[in-house]
Amino acid sequence: MPALLSQLLLGLVNGSFYAILSLGLAVIFGLLNVINFAHGALFMMGAVLSWMAMNYFNVNYWVMLVAAPLVVGLFGVLIERLLLRWIYKLDHLYGLLLTLGLTLLIEGGFRSVYGVSGLAYNTPEALSGGTNLGFMFLPNYRAWVVVASLVVCFATWYAIEKTRLGAYLRAGTENPRLVEAFGVNVPLMVTLTYGFGVALAAFAGVLAAPVIQISPLMGQNLIIIVFAVVVIGGMGSIMGAILTGLGLGVIEGLTKVFYPEASATVVFVIMVVVLLIRPAGLFGSEK
Amino acid sequence: MQTKLKIIALMLGAAGLASHAVQAQEKVVIGYISDLSGLYADLEGKGGATAIQMAIDDMGGKVLGQPVEVLSVDHQNKPDIAASKAREWIDTAGATMIFAGTNSGVALATAKVAQEKKRVFFTNGAATSALTNAQCSPYTVHYAYDTVALAKSTGGAVVDTGGKSWFFLTADYAFGHALEADTAKVVKAKGGSVVGTVRAPLNASDFSSFLLQAQNSKAQVLGLANAGGDFINSMKASKEFGIDKSMKIAGLLVFLTDVKSLGLPATQGLLHTTSWYWDADDESRKWAARYEAKTKNKPTDIQAADYSATMAYLKAVEAVKSTDADKVMAHLKKTPINDFYAKGVIRPDGRMVHDMLLAEVKKPSESKGPWDLLKIVKKVPGDQVYTTKEESTCALWK
Repeated sequence: MPALLSQLLLGLVNGSFYAILSLGLAVIFGLLNVINFAHGALFMMGAVLSWMAMNYFNVNYWVMLVAAPLVVGLFGVLIERLLLRWIYKLDHLYGLLLTLGLTLLIEGGFRSVYGVSGLAYNTPEALSGGTNLGFMFLPNYRAWVVVASLVVCFATWYAIEKTRLGAYLRAGTENPRLVEAFGVNVPLMVTLTYGFGVALAAFAGVLAAPVIQISPLMGQNLIIIVFAVVVIGGMGSIMGAILTGLGLGVIEGLTKVFYPEASATVVFVIMVVVLLIRPAGLFGSEK
Repeated sequence: MQTKLKIIALMLGAAGLASHAVQAQEKVVIGYISDLSGLYADLEGKGGATAIQMAIDDMGGKVLGQPVEVLSVDHQNKPDIAASKAREWIDTAGATMIFAGTNSGVALATAKVAQEKKRVFFTNGAATSALTNAQCSPYTVHYAYDTVALAKSTGGAVVDTGGKSWFFLTADYAFGHALEADTAKVVKAKGGSVVGTVRAPLNASDFSSFLLQAQNSKAQVLGLANAGGDFINSMKASKEFGIDKSMKIAGLLVFLTDVKSLGLPATQGLLHTTSWYWDADDESRKWAARYEAKTKNKPTDIQAADYSATMAYLKAVEAVKSTDADKVMAHLKKTPINDFYAKGVIRPDGRMVHDMLLAEVKKPSESKGPWDLLKIVKKVPGDQVYTTKEESTCALWK
């Protein structure tokens, strides 16, 4: 029983990463209708920026938690202004192709400079060490990851579902013409939303930096799972993305105990099952 | 006038044909298949291609009067890509020799293609001992190291220092299984026991759950039967979860680039086996400096092996004056290897036998340079670490 509890806890940690990343993806897809394949690369950029800041400028982790999302978010705004806005009217697949190309560029660029073995990033002093919970030794940093992710996720959900700004965003996706007629600057909203989704990915990147070795490949492995999470949760459903991310992290954790060889594929098996029963996803609605 | 022109034209044509016949000499085409962008890319990757080119340049760029051509492709850790590319190169690009490395699944698949098509096949970086044992082939040369050597050397050393009960964290494919099986055999033969094992998918990014299972097993030793990016991430997580405080960690396949990436504080004291180290002697240092001038990094043992293997192959082709695989293989198996990488011989089963180095990672205080990472504990003689004749099931070596 104790072993199971510890695995559940670890699953929750992974689930928090899935939740933040799928939240960013869901926000971008739900509000912009763009399949942002570059999400993994942007996640990686957040981590690499933290490393660079630490290594070259001695800027610490806490500053980077705020700074990296801002910088990468700005980069996201640039991408949206220069590249994405031209393809909104086209089929979703063009967005996928464009962002996939971006991913290859970004990851290839980092790989040629830093190789793939990765860069070491140390856990910040305040969070190092761990607590002995009795049934397992939980590194403090992993507990912090869960807390930080949950806070950010629910803050985002609240902002989108319960505030006026969020209402404008949701209305803007449903019927941009009408909302523009009311005097709301829809293109600016769209740009800022993309920037925000990207900032979420970068935030997850900074959180991940002390945990996974920072390498150009770190985004690749996660992004596929995150896409599956978003599909299962329902494209465009914010709460769906959060809950599914956490839930799937736990299920993956349990699989690692009972049949570890399948842990890389269990998410996709669930995705297939969900799509067969509820094509719009667990929390989504037919558009 | 017309007849004269016709005669001149005919003679020119004949001359053209004649020179074409003379030029139908054999051209060496090397096909290089490695992981160029995935988790093993730093172990061999583009650096391996550089090392091969250095060997070609040192041979004067030409063998049998013709320039040597190198084709390369990224196998992306997919055996089917590697096998089909090897087949394509042999059928349409005249490949005379295939190098397929850093993934045992890829090496096994490509070795079969090379055997079918009768082409010389070298592998560095792929570790499974099956290449010269159960799945041996007359055209395979397993050059650098294999899972048996790693198991007998590292496994043996760790058991000797008191690590009797083992738990394995294994990469779930050919290489991991082979390494786990070979090490388990060594552990049991020395009176130890295997308490448990967990198989993690290749390229998993999070090992925390597997490591927790290892910790709960209460074994004395955590055997990491994985490599490259997998090894780095599992090592990092072991430190984070405090596993190194309750268990001894045995890295069964560790490379220079892994240690560099993790840093000395995280890896100090780690005992592992390598087939070569850049700082072992003057000859090695000299070659490593040449390599570093081209790539800005010191070479791993696989990249050094690529150079050495290419030299051995090209010299063999020159010696038998042909690229015919049977002739070249016969020459390779009776010519000792003697260069900065190794002093060894290629056995009838295709295994290149040479001494291995048992190394320990230095403490940060002991290191005097960015690549000054290891100290050599001892040289392990080749005839002690590889599969012996009694253990071998290869039909070529009976």
